[in-house]
Amino acid sequence: MSQPVEFHPSFAERSKAAVNDPHLRKSFRGAMDFLQAKRRAQFPDAGELGALRDLGSAIRRHALANLPDLLERLEAKLTANGVKVHWAETPAEANAIVLDIARRHEAKRMVKGKSMVSEECGLNHAMEAAGIEALETDMGEYIVQLAGEGPSHIIMPAIHKTKQQIAELFAQKLPGVKYTENVDELIRIGRQVLRKKFAAADIGLSGVNFAVAETGTLFLVENEGNGRMCTTVPKVHVAITGIEKVVARLEHVTVLNTLLPRSATGQPVETYQNFISGPRKPNELDGPDEVHLILLDNGRTQAYADLQLRATLQCIRCGACMNHCPVYARIGGHAYGTVYPGPIGAIISPHLLGLESTYPLAFASTLCGACAEVCPVRIPIVDLLVRLRTEAQARPDAAHLRGSGSARTGTVSAIWRIWSAIYSRLGLYRLTTWFMSRGRALSPIEQGAWTRSRTPLVPAPRRLRDLLRERQR
Amino acid sequence: MSARDRILARLRGAPAGEAVPLPDVAAWYAGKPTIEPAARIERFRANMEASHAEVHDTDAASWPALLTRIAAAKGVGRLLVGGGAEAGVLADRGACAEHGIQLVRYDRPAAEWREDFFDGIDAALTPARSAIADTGSLILWPGADAPRLMSLVPAIHFVLLDAARIHATLYEAMTAERWGDGMPTNALVISGPSKTADIQQTLAYGAHGPRELVILLLGGAQS
Repeated sequence: MSQPVEFHPSFAERSKAAVNDPHLRKSFRGAMDFLQAKRRAQFPDAGELGALRDLGSAIRRHALANLPDLLERLEAKLTANGVKVHWAETPAEANAIVLDIARRHEAKRMVKGKSMVSEECGLNHAMEAAGIEALETDMGEYIVQLAGEGPSHIIMPAIHKTKQQIAELFAQKLPGVKYTENVDELIRIGRQVLRKKFAAADIGLSGVNFAVAETGTLFLVENEGNGRMCTTVPKVHVAITGIEKVVARLEHVTVLNTLLPRSATGQPVETYQNFISGPRKPNELDGPDEVHLILLDNGRTQAYADLQLRATLQCIRCGACMNHCPVYARIGGHAYGTVYPGPIGAIISPHLLGLESTYPLAFASTLCGACAEVCPVRIPIVDLLVRLRTEAQARPDAAHLRGSGSARTGTVSAIWRIWSAIYSRLGLYRLTTWFMSRGRALSPIEQGAWTRSRTPLVPAPRRLRDLLRERQR
Repeated sequence: MSARDRILARLRGAPAGEAVPLPDVAAWYAGKPTIEPAARIERFRANMEASHAEVHDTDAASWPALLTRIAAAKGVGRLLVGGGAEAGVLADRGACAEHGIQLVRYDRPAAEWREDFFDGIDAALTPARSAIADTGSLILWPGADAPRLMSLVPAIHFVLLDAARIHATLYEAMTAERWGDGMPTNALVISGPSKTADIQQTLAYGAHGPRELVILLLGGAQS
């Protein structure tokens, strides 16, 4: 149901289509301006914000510096609390674990709280292929699933849609629903449909915002209550998350969660902060009989292995980087073609998918640095983008990542080889520049992308060394 | 080797990097101006009301009458109560019957009466363990006496809160109540009725959880 985004030949094609779509441009620009203003209002004191970001960053760096130990402690604590912990290296393994749990319970219906990691796994497809209905229940996710699309923003999945489009979608897809642009009414319709689904579901699936090693607690935040439904009503709850989401202490969550909602949507706090530490106890009247946690790698250990790129894993998935990105605001989330769009998508996707298909994302940035400036945990996004550009051009003997060197072409490599041969030999250098200045009339008028909006590059009529020689005479 | 062992081996095989000391969260909060006890009730009230919740001042003697009056005005026909002391008090006063409100006890597993629970209950009453002034939040510690779904499924959620139990911050609540010593199955921090802005950033209440959150603040007026 949640399809991969519509396929175009390349990122360039997709972004071209996006910038030429006035409705999309309007939706995103409006939403980004709104979110930026709301975030600004939440952080009136720049000094305090800076200190809070330092602390948030230290908490995440501390967690990463101790990652294997914390994961083991988390596993031990959760196991003691009665939660079953699973590990998956790939999305296929994660899906197989979920399917296995579903089969054991003969489950046919799954309700899902918002989980970007499940999007990363294409979990809905895997479930449907096995005959299990996987229904998104976050209002935004429900809307994009109904439309056969994927989320275009990690926090606000249906941000690309106007209420008119949603009104049409509901009238078209939901039996007995009349066209209405009244947002309260649209939400009421969604509530009615999904309520029945919660009551009838066999399995609830959710993501995790932070996993606390100290107490073996899964921390989830949301405004709607669908996450609580998914984690409380069905008899089985499966949580899925990346291995980087662990923190050492319970109090670390309080600090990170003063940054998360304010950075994400500009709200002081979410409606629900949900601390789950185990399945239902014998004397309790609700809650799942089983709780599972799936810890997914999917390329995260590649980022971890490199001390610079490790900072990518500090991310708390607030989306502030995309809300402030001039590129994202103009092309929207779908153009990226990856589950995580925007600046965070550009720096995390190469580890999940390889640089072969994702290196253009690192170049889709003006390097203006707005993303790094708002990042609540101080990920040096610009440095990481530049590093990934370098990796994309890396020679085979200097490759660090899956798909390093993918951007290299024979022509460009040959040009640089010739350039370095000339510039490292004085005689050859003098001869070449002499010919270039004398032969400047032969410079091509069409110089590819350069001349699309600039005048052609032409060598100077006289070389610098000629000018200097004249002055000295 | 299992997936677990391979993932951990890759993590352990990575370069160590510089050591990061355990961040001192206590020092951070100690360095910030706290909300004095006297100011906490008003801060809590203002934040809660900004989040679209109702806060009513009352006391141990008169809350059942206030609750039933508000519930009746909201058209509540069936009110769900748990197994705590508040349910007994409410039943004993008989105020509900007077307003035609039927008290329903949550006394069997949700799975056994799901349909009636989801469609036939108008409101629920639960106690709050404590609250937070800084963000305007309630702390609920569901258990056998006040199960998790009471604060989620019915359209109206009534909460009894002792004004003396309002902490300045979540951090203060967590440390004062020693959460680290043992967490319940599901601890909840609730900051208003359920809401969403997923359709064109337009705020709507009652997305999946309660449309209304009504707080009965015991001892809130004395300060």
